[in-house]
Amino acid sequence: MTFEAVSYESIPHALVSGIAISILCSAIGLFLVLRKFSLFGDALAHSAFGGVAFGLFIGIYPLWIACGVAILSALGLTKIRQKFDISSDAIVAILLATGLGAGIILVSMSDDLEIHDIEEFLFGSAIIDTPNVITILVMAGAILAILFFTYKKLLYSTFSEEQARASGIPVEKMGYLLIAMAGVTVVISMQLVGVLLISALFVLPNVSAMLYARSFKKTMMLSMCFAVSATVSGIFISYQFDIAQSGCIVLVAAAIFVGSLVAKGSGMVKTTGILAKRA
Amino acid sequence: MIVDIKKLSVDYSGIKALDDISFGIAKGDFLGIIGPNGAGKSTLFKCMLGLHTQYDGTIKVFDHDIRDSRKYLSQIGFVPQKPVVDRNFPATIREVLSMSQNSSDSEKIDEALQKVWMHELADRRIGDLSVGQQQRVFIAKALVNSPKILVLDEPVTGIDQYNKDLFFQILGELNTKEKISIIWSSHDLDAVERLANKVACLNRTLFFHGVSEEFFSDDEMLKKYSETSMQMHMHHH
Repeated sequence: MTFEAVSYESIPHALVSGIAISILCSAIGLFLVLRKFSLFGDALAHSAFGGVAFGLFIGIYPLWIACGVAILSALGLTKIRQKFDISSDAIVAILLATGLGAGIILVSMSDDLEIHDIEEFLFGSAIIDTPNVITILVMAGAILAILFFTYKKLLYSTFSEEQARASGIPVEKMGYLLIAMAGVTVVISMQLVGVLLISALFVLPNVSAMLYARSFKKTMMLSMCFAVSATVSGIFISYQFDIAQSGCIVLVAAAIFVGSLVAKGSGMVKTTGILAKRA
Repeated sequence: MIVDIKKLSVDYSGIKALDDISFGIAKGDFLGIIGPNGAGKSTLFKCMLGLHTQYDGTIKVFDHDIRDSRKYLSQIGFVPQKPVVDRNFPATIREVLSMSQNSSDSEKIDEALQKVWMHELADRRIGDLSVGQQQRVFIAKALVNSPKILVLDEPVTGIDQYNKDLFFQILGELNTKEKISIIWSSHDLDAVERLANKVACLNRTLFFHGVSEEFFSDDEMLKKYSETSMQMHMHHH
């Protein structure tokens, strides 16, 4: 098993795509965290892994297959959850295990698959080529634009489904839109941090930011700052010490979270937040 | 009539939640809907708000059947039974009010907060407020879209007496000064007698609808209400 550290040549690509992915994961992740769906990103990533394995198995560019598989399976299971009243955590477990199980079977059935092909999706890759960087930027831009125009409705249905529904907001459709956006986000982020670590980018910056900020907008901005800081620092640490990039990014994000906890626990930050007080 | 309900029946898996309900709400009415738990008050509200559409009969809001057009539902502001607000939800009161669709206007938000005496706390996190204060925020939230009708589903459950009185005072002012018609479900007969000019007594069927004084001066009616409430209470336990 080989883990990739960032090389000098690959730093610009890693930084550009990493910053775009960090901003996107923070924005989508905040809605997932507030809906008590923190592990949903993880489940989507695992089902996407099944799609990656299928794409590699049949020789088609795996990321788009992964995208389709992740979104369709998540939407399908969400429908089942609503119809049969199954709990959200059970759906996460089903998605996670089934995607990984399908992926493992497909990998075991293929004679041509190189273990390196799979590793890059499981643990992330330090080398992101130009077409992939462009894809990441375009997709991230598109999702952020959709989010910009729908965030009020998404936030309302996250805050109170009952009231949002009474105000005429199509709560179910908003839920499906969020799942679709999370699916695409997961697939384009897989290249940076991999299937196994993706939920860290969804959850850690947001939970850290929620310790400080009291408004939604400030929480999102702060979370984006934390995520970008973790990604940029992680990439440079990976280059400096020749260690795995994805692990570095996640550990820096975890360090920011621990630092935030310590700051709050020691009284340096009150519940309402030092930033909010200054505002 | 600004709300006209005709022959409304709702059936949940063979069990009648509402049976042949007909009544109307006139402009300026302050209608108290009373009835024991399980009497169908919340179901009635869900139908009126377009949240439950599997019913027989018709509901007209401003002379328009809500099944044909949801447009007129925007004239109804809704305050839920008990706000379920996650203490850590990162949203200020101002942000909560701006979530409503037509509420980007910050002047309207300030105005709505002033009406419920919450304008000084506009930048506080919603989770930091007491339940009573949160309920006042939800009234303000309903007021942001300038509704003609306010629907409140047992809004003072679990609220202390001081905040209850404040809450009722605000409702009274909205009804008399702002001319907003109020439809309010409650178990608190004293409060209904004090505030409402009309009463609807519900227990799956409607067994009284009319002027408040008429209901509260009718000993037979009050006795019947207490008996059915007791029966429903025993049934639930």
